[in-house]
Amino acid sequence: MVNSGLTQNNQLDKEHSGDKPLRVRFRWLTDNRMSFLFLSPTMLLLLFIAIFPLIWSLRLSFTDWSVIGDAGKIPEPVGFHSYGTALGLGETRTEKRVGVEVAERFAITGQFVLPTVIIELLLGFGLAMLLNRKFLGRGLLMTVMLIPMMLTPVIVALYWKYMLRTDIGVINYLIHDIFGGPRIDWLNQIKIAIWALVLADVWMWTPFMMLISLAGLSAVPKYLYEAADVDQASAWFKFRHITLPMVTPLLLIAVLFRTMDAYRLFDQAWVLTGGGPGGSTEVMSFYLYLVAFKDFETGLASAIGYIMLIVIIALANLLIRKINEIADEG
Amino acid sequence: MAEVKIKNLSKRFNLDSPLAVDGVNLDIADGEFLVLLGPSGCGKTTTLRCIAGLETQTEGEIYIGDQLVNGLPAGERDIAFVFQFYALYPHLSAYDNVAFPLRAQNLQKDEVDQRVQQVAKLLRIEKILKRRPTGLPSGEQQRIALGRAIIRRPQVFLMDEPLTNLDAALRTDMRVELKHLQADMATTMIYVTHDQTEALSMAHRIAIMNLGVLQQVGTPLEVYNHPATLFVAGFIGTPPMNLINCHLNGSNSLSDESGAFTISISEIQNLKSKIQNPNAPLMFGVRSEDISVDTAEGAGEVRGEVIVREPLGDETIYEVEIGQNIIRVKTEPTLILNTGDNVGLNFAHDRIHIFDAESQKAIKF
Ligand SMILES: Nc1ncnc2c1ncn2[C@@H]1O[C@H](COP(=O)(O)OP(=O)(O)OP(=O)(O)O)[C@@H](O)[C@H]1O
Ligand SMILES: [Mg+2]
Repeated sequence: MVNSGLTQNNQLDKEHSGDKPLRVRFRWLTDNRMSFLFLSPTMLLLLFIAIFPLIWSLRLSFTDWSVIGDAGKIPEPVGFHSYGTALGLGETRTEKRVGVEVAERFAITGQFVLPTVIIELLLGFGLAMLLNRKFLGRGLLMTVMLIPMMLTPVIVALYWKYMLRTDIGVINYLIHDIFGGPRIDWLNQIKIAIWALVLADVWMWTPFMMLISLAGLSAVPKYLYEAADVDQASAWFKFRHITLPMVTPLLLIAVLFRTMDAYRLFDQAWVLTGGGPGGSTEVMSFYLYLVAFKDFETGLASAIGYIMLIVIIALANLLIRKINEIADEG
Repeated sequence: MAEVKIKNLSKRFNLDSPLAVDGVNLDIADGEFLVLLGPSGCGKTTTLRCIAGLETQTEGEIYIGDQLVNGLPAGERDIAFVFQFYALYPHLSAYDNVAFPLRAQNLQKDEVDQRVQQVAKLLRIEKILKRRPTGLPSGEQQRIALGRAIIRRPQVFLMDEPLTNLDAALRTDMRVELKHLQADMATTMIYVTHDQTEALSMAHRIAIMNLGVLQQVGTPLEVYNHPATLFVAGFIGTPPMNLINCHLNGSNSLSDESGAFTISISEIQNLKSKIQNPNAPLMFGVRSEDISVDTAEGAGEVRGEVIVREPLGDETIYEVEIGQNIIRVKTEPTLILNTGDNVGLNFAHDRIHIFDAESQKAIKF
């Protein structure tokens, strides 16, 4: 069977292409070309779902096109107008207001990102120091502590929405009923609402910092600590000159991840505060959403999106440069 | 400066694992250079780490000077430890690494500096004091590690294979330097290695370990000339000692099972008196340099066939097959034999060794 099939195929080959064997006819199919062929379906898919929209939105950012009003019309280029507006260079009153809003929203984002990442770093690293030893039930404890990280952000936000309520929330129960403090209306007070977002994010992502810190801590060679013991080094010295320098590069990478992630926070703001009160928790992504899908200023929204992208790339590059510096020294 | 006494030291890492160190007794004199020698995994490092206080022994006592140090942490034993991988602080300069033990003692800045310079000069690392250890060649890292060890003038140096990661040429140089350094400072040194050349060339005394058990302690010549156990006989010397299974045969000779190897021994009465069971399995041992080749027809105490020739330049080693046994013979390079040649062998009778194959111990006769 097999044999006859093969000969049949060979005959077919010959019929279609004279006497040339397959080896010769497919000589153009080098290993390199073959790998391109195998990759092409994925590449095409990527092109359609990621690269094309990226380029298209870049184009839109240079127009004043609106997905509702101008549907079907050809987008008309207006140069850097939208960028100017977003950066506060607009001339009309509305345009000026947009500029002010963008600046404000960036500030709000900073007020969220900075404390969040710092608290997560300190808490996560501290927990990792505590967990970086052998004790009974360590595995179980670690697993339990990693749960928040594995939940969906929206679900986490829903939990916190209930936990932060003034009437039945467990947080206020602790503050008021146990410790005798005042009930805090976390989600409806300007200046406090942003901390509700910080709280939920810290709860969710501290385990991530802890995990990376633990990886760093366990990679420090034990003999360094032993050498320090023989030399009568203090615990502080060991921390300052062995532990810290050895884990810093990894910690900075974790900080980079968390910064980029916190910077584009949306779900929690949407569920917990809805941007309120008074827009005080409208972080950038949230604001962008409003511009794009409430005001339907598609061109302007695209421009704001690109400004966000440039800011985060600049920030990430600063961090990456720092990481490389440290890596070079060590 | 101090002597070190180890009494009945045992260490078991896990309840169900065998003893890593098994009842070691060892007295090291003040100013002595003692080398702990043994194959990989025999418990050398564990012994050393117990002395340093980096590991807690399961049983036994350790004295440094007159002080029982069993419960003392490493920092309070006044020892210096040199690790196989140097264990330099990667984020401190060479200078700060060397100065570290003094700073931990809160010494004056001037004195620290003076002593660092002194040590740096001794070890010839003045030029690299400002650099960080990472990226320096391993020889210089090793010197920095040595500097950190000697600067405090500890009572005892403990070194765990400090030369293993250096290349061969550097290793030979450092061997000589270390030996001089120890002699000049006259500080007790316990030095771990698995390299017998290192041990033989540097040690005042060598302590040989196998499977956690101390086999023999003695000067390099003692352990070479009078190995106390079969293990030491096989471990020390290149090529290792020829060892042949045999038993007492008749009135005055030893022979192997087939009888192909039979050798008469004049002190046989003496030997017999040391052995309870006349049929006990024995082991006959002789070093390759204590055998001479006789090419004359029918000559020699035993005869065999040359099967391998290894010319090493200054000497030639022949492998001679006698029945089931292969004996290595070291000869002058001028003696040329061909494989297949039938030759006679003579043994230097004052330098042969007999071991009890069961207890593995040497029988003095
Ligand atoms: N921390 C440990 N936990 C469990 N077992 C250990 C530990 N350290 C060493 N051992 C075991 O103890 C035995 C002796 O080890 P040790 O490191 O003392 O050997 P060594 O003579 O220094 O060998 P090497 O030449 O390879 O360094 C080995 O069988 C090893 O597996
Ligand atoms: Mg070892």
